[in-house]
Amino acid sequence: MTQTLTPRTTTDVETTPPPPRRPRRDGRPVWEEPPTALGQTGKGLTLGGVLAVMLVPLWIVVVTSLSTQASINRAGGLVIWPDEITFEAYRVMLGDSTVRTALLVSLGITAVGTAVSMAVSIMCAYGLSRSRSLGHRFLLALLVITMFVNGGLIPTFLVVTGLGGYGEWWALILPSAVSVFNILILRSFYSSTSADLIEAARIDGAGDWRILWSIVMPTSRAVTAVIALFYGVGYWNSFFNVMLYMPTDSEKWPLQYVLLTYVNRGNGLPGSVNAGFGSQFAQTAPLSLQMAVVVLTLVPLLIVYPFVQKHFRTGVLTGAIKG
Amino acid sequence: MTAPRTQRRPGPGFRVRLLRDRSLLLMTLPAVLLLVVFNYVPLFGLVTAFQEYDPLVGVWYSRWAGLEQFERLFSDPLFWGALRNTLYLSFVQLVLFFPIPIALALLLNSLISQRVKNFIQSVVYLPHFFSWVLAITIFQQMLGGAGALNQFLRSNDIGTWDIMTDPETFALLVTAQVIWKEAGWGIIVFLAALAAINTDLYEAAAADGAGRWRRLWHITLPGLRGVIVLMLVLRLGNALTVGFEQLLIQREAVGHDTADVLDTFSFYYGIATNDYSYGAAAGLFKSVISLLMIWGANKLAHAFGEDGLYRR
Repeated sequence: MTQTLTPRTTTDVETTPPPPRRPRRDGRPVWEEPPTALGQTGKGLTLGGVLAVMLVPLWIVVVTSLSTQASINRAGGLVIWPDEITFEAYRVMLGDSTVRTALLVSLGITAVGTAVSMAVSIMCAYGLSRSRSLGHRFLLALLVITMFVNGGLIPTFLVVTGLGGYGEWWALILPSAVSVFNILILRSFYSSTSADLIEAARIDGAGDWRILWSIVMPTSRAVTAVIALFYGVGYWNSFFNVMLYMPTDSEKWPLQYVLLTYVNRGNGLPGSVNAGFGSQFAQTAPLSLQMAVVVLTLVPLLIVYPFVQKHFRTGVLTGAIKG
Repeated sequence: MTAPRTQRRPGPGFRVRLLRDRSLLLMTLPAVLLLVVFNYVPLFGLVTAFQEYDPLVGVWYSRWAGLEQFERLFSDPLFWGALRNTLYLSFVQLVLFFPIPIALALLLNSLISQRVKNFIQSVVYLPHFFSWVLAITIFQQMLGGAGALNQFLRSNDIGTWDIMTDPETFALLVTAQVIWKEAGWGIIVFLAALAAINTDLYEAAAADGAGRWRRLWHITLPGLRGVIVLMLVLRLGNALTVGFEQLLIQREAVGHDTADVLDTFSFYYGIATNDYSYGAAAGLFKSVISLLMIWGANKLAHAFGEDGLYRR
């Protein structure tokens, strides 16, 4: 389930007893013409360029966040090559109450939101995955319709504020807690869980809750991880609902919103009277500090990403093919 | 999506099935409730587009306005500006963005080393998970007035160019941002389609004397056709949705003439000014046209003999 498909190994060695079609030394199948020097150079340059465009900006941001004010002044701004490393910017940043609060808010929303979304989605996906169950066609249609038709920004805003959501935490979580797309991905996995296994459990007296918990979920860890990442990233990155539902409560702002007002728009932090920033930084913070905030919003993603990344194909593939 | 019904046996009665499937139904309940409250109730909230909505008295008691909001909308130059920007940005992105993931997937697929492939994939997928705030901040640091590019230009006395606030090139900037953030992630479906092509075809073609370009043209591209059409349908169907958050963030820098699109129009002239009915009318206009476009794009896909979003 988790293995990725490799297209070129179908000319495999085992099925042809004397190996006349063994791949050549360089791994190419024997029928393929040798690569041209021009083609190889072009490929290398293009892919190298793509990687550079992705990685160089991140490198510059990280290096600048680790630089002293002196090397920033010397470079006239962003630092491309570090000459002295200092964690001063990070120390000041984490000492600042606004950034600390925002970090906690972001982590909290992401944790609670992901937990809520996953619980709701996993249950719903399993509930709809048993063929011939009562009403599953109707419920599925109810879900899928929302992918194409929705009230749009203003009616949704009016419903959330009408329910008293203005300035409330739940307004950042519940309206976007369900992604039908993610439910469909989960459901297609649950539908393909071995029917024999489930039938056997049922004969042993397991109910649907037990089957979901002890059979279906343990056999679909990879897709669970991918969907959790999708939800988690969604919550971590969201800033527009903050703009909608709590634009003035700066102590409720998550990190993305702080990044927007403080680094992107270059405003001073409203709640920031903390000594760390000092009076000269109340309006615009030093570049290293700004870049440290950028890095801070990246860190949780970079911690989780390597573990989940290898499962992307599984998750997105089924979504693309069966969804 | 579900198994085809073979024969209809007289199944167990409704009450028996309800009793049997009660836990399954209970499991779907939270999701269904959330969707009803936050997706279906707002659908009824669209009546505000035909009212003069007053937050103090609510939907039930607001004055009925008929098509007044739409008349206002269609005589509003700002609305036409937003529509023009939407279509223009959509068009530029279709032309410049759409081919890139396909080309990148082909390039990646032609690599031999699995390790190099995996490494490049993990790098190019990454920006998809960045927030727009982060992506634009990075662009600002690279291309903005105080960014790396201008730092370089200044130190070499070539003059400066603040790309982030230049309305002339804004469409290109926005497209470049979308390419940077999403082109890598876009290759995933094409890689999957490439992996599904039978390699025997390539071998047979090579034996018949087809060079690599002819194999690309006669085997690879036909193999990708279905996915390409599907992606095109999705893109055309979403032509009126162009980077809401992305443009919201940059509106201040580049000005509303250039950065307003239909979605941001609803926000700025609906919610931000408390003119809810007006914004709702703009939103409804967009939704209706979008549905028509999805339907039309699917018709087009069917005309090409492909499935598109749903089958005929």
